[in-house]
Amino acid sequence: MAALTVDIRGKRFPAVAGAPAKEALGRVAFNVAEGETVALIGPSGCGKTTLLNLAAGLDGQAEGTVCRPAAGRLAYVFQEPRLLPWRTVEDNLRLVLADPSDPQERIGGLLAEVGLLQARHVFASRLSLGMARRVALARGFIVEPGLVLLDEPFASLDAPTARRLRLLLLRLLALHRTAALFVTHDLDEAIMLAHRLVFLSATPGRLVRELRIDLEPAERHDPAAVARKRLEVMGLPEVAGLLELDVEEPGP
Amino acid sequence: MVAERALEEAAGQRQAATGSRGLRLRLWAPVASLLALFALWQLTAVIAADPRLMPPPGAVLARLAQEAANGELAHHLAATLARVAASFVIAMAIGTGLGIVMGRSLLADLLGQPWLVFFLNLPALVTIVLAYIWIGLVESAAILAVAMNKIPNVMVTVREGARAIDRSLTEMAEVFAVPRGRVLRHVVLPQLYPYLAAAARSGLALIWKIVLVVELLGRSEGVGFQISVFFQLFDVTGILAYALAFIAIVQLIEWGVLQPVERRLGQWRR
Repeated sequence: MAALTVDIRGKRFPAVAGAPAKEALGRVAFNVAEGETVALIGPSGCGKTTLLNLAAGLDGQAEGTVCRPAAGRLAYVFQEPRLLPWRTVEDNLRLVLADPSDPQERIGGLLAEVGLLQARHVFASRLSLGMARRVALARGFIVEPGLVLLDEPFASLDAPTARRLRLLLLRLLALHRTAALFVTHDLDEAIMLAHRLVFLSATPGRLVRELRIDLEPAERHDPAAVARKRLEVMGLPEVAGLLELDVEEPGP
Repeated sequence: MVAERALEEAAGQRQAATGSRGLRLRLWAPVASLLALFALWQLTAVIAADPRLMPPPGAVLARLAQEAANGELAHHLAATLARVAASFVIAMAIGTGLGIVMGRSLLADLLGQPWLVFFLNLPALVTIVLAYIWIGLVESAAILAVAMNKIPNVMVTVREGARAIDRSLTEMAEVFAVPRGRVLRHVVLPQLYPYLAAAARSGLALIWKIVLVVELLGRSEGVGFQISVFFQLFDVTGILAYALAFIAIVQLIEWGVLQPVERRLGQWRR
């Protein structure tokens, strides 16, 4: 069974306080298999975050259906880390556990995976953005989710930190065998992390193209291999010229 | 990683430096301010040159010592403090609950708003007199009257706090299926602490003033009752001695309870 099945025919936000009603999404249908990583790519305002919120159950009003298996927990890594600033790193992880008295070793183990074991007793208010994003990733994986949703989790980070965190996410996804749906503007990031790309049109976002990324794990770590794949993807007629993608120049 | 650690260490050192300077300032500033108040009082007493009308601080302190020695002060202070404590707990509990509901639910806010305006503008004296007429000159009437005066103020403050709760954090808790009790304790209440502290501080100040009126009108013990006796005897020294004793106690609660609790709850801030 798929970790997520999306079959949306349309999503409309009603007029509120003088702002006109808005068509946020058109026809979007795809699924995320167990253990698979799917990237949602599209221009700003095309409804990517709306789609994630529908998948998370934060917004239940749309034409169509979004299905997840009843068993298996859901995790969401938001664009902003959304940590409780008045709690320590460890307590932020403990908050989302089904049993908050879970052994310290499990939390410690995951914090070690994200390189934050030393900061476990630090208040979240004192973390840098890069550290806070790592805690948010750890919080996502501590619940051992069947599906993790990620909304531009590496936005507004400097390039080296963003790359370190992408490698960390690759490792966590492989280690925990978790299905993932993530939103990004960055085609290189999508190619590096995802097994499949789902392209959305400009607003109202509708599915334009699905594309399988057949890179070996080692190739995903190689910026040159990712850049070659990007040129190949951008040469596709449905993709080229359709999306204003936030693309970096290929590395040396 | 190294840069992040260095930044953390620098932040820690800066905090330590401001910490020791801040502690000295926290100790001396209130003491100096209090001494200035007593100096001004002394000056006024000298200018007035009528110890019966405007006794100097020394005379009031001597009277305070005398009342403390004969046990009268402790007896009346205890009666008043018990009423303040009971009214405070009732007003904070009911006001916080209703304030959260009004802040989180539009319907509750719309339904509650006219009641709130009514009770906010009902004079304390009217509530007290009506409570004594309807319930009788008993302890429960006194406490109910004081609590009824404070509940609307707590509601207004807590409602503002509940409206300001960060939706992104409650959404996060919802996605991760955090149980309701844990959300209230770890996500909602910490965001309300500044508002609860403000309600508690202004509540304490308001409640003890109303308790004095309640005692003056219908009780036979307590600071308010004593002040009514002193009023009849034109004993300004006695009035000031009891007022001073109660202000000192409220200040001790501020230093010994409210401020340490606030510091502990706010230690996560940079």
